[in-house]
Amino acid sequence: MTRIHDLPRPGDPAVRESTPRTPAEIALAPTIGVLGVQGDVSEHAAALERAGARVVWVRRPADLDSVDGLVLPGGESTTLRRLLDFEGLLDAVRRRGEEGMPMFGTCAGAILLATEVAGAPVPHLSLVPMTVARNAYGRQRESFAADLAVEGLEGGPLHAVFIRAPVIEEVGEGVEILARERGDIVLAETDRALVATFHPELTADDRLHRRFLAKVRAASARR
Amino acid sequence: MAPEQTGRESGTPEVKRGLARMLKGGVIMDVVSADQARIAEEAGAVAVMALERVPADIRAAGGVARMAPVTRIKEIMAAVTIPVMAKCRIGHFVEARIEEALGVDYVDESEVLTPADETHHIDKNAFTVPFVCGARNLGEALRRIAEGASMIRTKGEPGTGNIVEAVRHMRLIQGQIRSLASMDEGEWFVAAKEHAAPLDLVVEVAETGRLPVVNFAAGGIATPADAALMMQLGADGVFVGSGVFKSEKPEAFARAIVLGTTHYDDPDILARVTEELGTEEAMKGLDRLAAEELMQTRST
Repeated sequence: MTRIHDLPRPGDPAVRESTPRTPAEIALAPTIGVLGVQGDVSEHAAALERAGARVVWVRRPADLDSVDGLVLPGGESTTLRRLLDFEGLLDAVRRRGEEGMPMFGTCAGAILLATEVAGAPVPHLSLVPMTVARNAYGRQRESFAADLAVEGLEGGPLHAVFIRAPVIEEVGEGVEILARERGDIVLAETDRALVATFHPELTADDRLHRRFLAKVRAASARR
Repeated sequence: MAPEQTGRESGTPEVKRGLARMLKGGVIMDVVSADQARIAEEAGAVAVMALERVPADIRAAGGVARMAPVTRIKEIMAAVTIPVMAKCRIGHFVEARIEEALGVDYVDESEVLTPADETHHIDKNAFTVPFVCGARNLGEALRRIAEGASMIRTKGEPGTGNIVEAVRHMRLIQGQIRSLASMDEGEWFVAAKEHAAPLDLVVEVAETGRLPVVNFAAGGIATPADAALMMQLGADGVFVGSGVFKSEKPEAFARAIVLGTTHYDDPDILARVTEELGTEEAMKGLDRLAAEELMQTRST
């Protein structure tokens, strides 16, 4: 459920431009779930709506029934894990991921998706073959923003905000590296997943959300 | 392979406000030891606040309340991987610099400690570490944001376990935002004067219908129902001070308050979470304080 004060407002130019309005647009818009137990959920919801999706907050397993793709937002990964363990949400998300539903994880969301988390005995969802190291830059004072050159992304550099961010130490088979920051892997994808160690949802630039929606549409077309 | 980039910007408003956004929907718990910090992390807290004493004990102890001992803050930072916040006295920019040097993730310029300056708050724009500050109304929130606060919390009345002041402050701020958002542009100038707040921030709130930073609830939350109430009133998350470690069973209360905050609008889950606490008692609390005992009116 999105609270009213979190929604983009009707006067917002970006909303006027791309939010589906006609019955046909609404019928064609994919429904994207945002894991809504903790973190910057409303920022993702607003970006997805600007990019033309319908958005559902996912807090219980049944909320997954109607979604074509799932975003795992930024937040605290240990907190997200505790909340995913409540009422079987972790298993329900993992099952949908294994069935091929596209997922987009940012920061903590990328940690949840990794098959390996450095220093942790077991991973969380274990859906994207990669090793992630938590808090890789240090504490908040080491958080930063930087402009990234992204492989295959039109429209110039991407402004990326890294907050107590992880890094992707290694990627496995089928994972393509899309961007590095001072040598560290910070953005990667598979045919079903997009993972960023930074927060595209904190800026007004929706290009990665649009790239994710393209993956969701492609996956729906294959079915 | 993608080309590499260099230039990094740190300590910008985007980076400082961003961390607070990652804490949304979560519970920040006051802790006074590494053991308590581990209990909080295990229960699902999004961050801990390192203190020498929880507010209820500060009230009981009397005397001057200062920042926590450095050894205590370092022990807590070493014990958990979630963000660690620490309080400094209002206006005490040297305590804040010490906490920044230690590497704490957020500094709380807090009325719970004894104020060091009754006129001036810290110039928080001058710091790399982000700050959270308390507010009882919109004007107070916007003055703190102008000084550089990257996160706001309603003050409530700390250490009482009584939600009434937190509700009063959250309802007032939300109501003042709604009122501003419905104003004619020509009325913004007088609104800025009446709120004693900078015009640019008043205009931003009027145009967006929200504060430019995250707003948590604090001061009196003692049960999962209290946390859910504050979330339904529009809080982005909650601070729990004495409510966890002054209860009969901290582990159970910590977990229940975390679940109550996440599932704040689901009465079935709230009923179950509350039932699981059984007959364990929440902190006893205070139902009334004399005006001179209030912390919320310290330096506004």
